[in-house]
Amino acid sequence: MADTESKALQAKEKAEVTSPAEQTRPGMVFTPSVDIFETEKEITLLADMPGVKSGDLNIDLHENVLTLDGDVKSPEGADEVDVIKEYHTGKYYRQFTLSQVIDQSKIDAELKDGVLRLRLPKVEAATPRKITVKGA
Amino acid sequence: MLFRRMTGWPRWDWTSPFDELERVRRQMDWLSEGLTRGPWIGPSAGVFPLMNVTEDKHKYYVRAELPGLKADELDISVTGDTLSISGERKLPVEDEKAQYHRREREAGKFSRIVTLPSQIDTGKVEASCAEGVLKVVLPKAEAAKPKQISVKAS
Repeated sequence: MADTESKALQAKEKAEVTSPAEQTRPGMVFTPSVDIFETEKEITLLADMPGVKSGDLNIDLHENVLTLDGDVKSPEGADEVDVIKEYHTGKYYRQFTLSQVIDQSKIDAELKDGVLRLRLPKVEAATPRKITVKGA
Repeated sequence: MLFRRMTGWPRWDWTSPFDELERVRRQMDWLSEGLTRGPWIGPSAGVFPLMNVTEDKHKYYVRAELPGLKADELDISVTGDTLSISGERKLPVEDEKAQYHRREREAGKFSRIVTLPSQIDTGKVEASCAEGVLKVVLPKAEAAKPKQISVKAS
C-alpha cells in the first residue's frame, strides 16, 4: 500500500448513529469507524474510539450480536470556555452480527491509544483443514 | 370524491392536497433537522484533525482526536500565537492473507496550524496524549492575561 504514504488525511465529522434505540440518557451517540478482517483462524475488529477509557468500554456478546458501547466523559474542565468547537464528544455505539463460527469463550479485547482491537477466534471445526488423500 | 372513497377504487389517483403538503412539511423538517441537530458547533476549517479549543483565565486548551497515535509520533511546535501540529497516521499492515470485510479507518499525513486569540508563553506549553486524544495546554503570555484592577475608594 505505497499510495497511502503520501495521502493526506481529510477531516471527517464523526458519524452520528442515525437511529439509536430509545435513549434514556442525554448526549450524542457516534458510530466508530472500524476495520474488520478475517484470516483462517480468526476475525479481527479494529475500532477507533478516541477518548474511551478501558473501564468505560462495554463489549457484550449476546445471541450472536456483538455490541460495542463506549462512554466518553467530557474532557473539559469546569471553568473552560469554548473558543473553537469542531467536534463533539459522546458515546460510541455499534452492533455487529457474528456468525456461529466464533469461539465466544476465547474473545480477546485490547484498548490502546483509543483503538480497540478485538480478536474473535473461530471455533476449531470452522478452520479449514487440508485433507490429504492417500494413494492406494 | 365521496363515491370514489366508498368504493375504494381506483385508488392510485386519489391523493388529498393535504397529503402533498404533509410530505413537503416532512421534508422541510428533515432538512432543518440536519442543520440544527445537536448542540452548537462552530464553523469547521475542514482540516484534519478537527480541534476543540477552550480557554480559561490563564491557559488555552487544544484537543484533537487522533486514535492510534502516540505523543512522540506528533510534531508539535509553537511560535508567538500559533500552534502547529503535524504527523502521519499509519495503519500497520496486518496479515497479508487477511480478507477485509470493512475498511473505514484511514491512514495518511496531516498538518494543521491554528492561530490562538492571543500570545502564548511558548516555553511552558505541554502536550499529552491519552486514549487517542491529544491535549495541548498553552499558558497565555503575561501580557495577554486579564488583570484585575481594584478600584480604590477615595
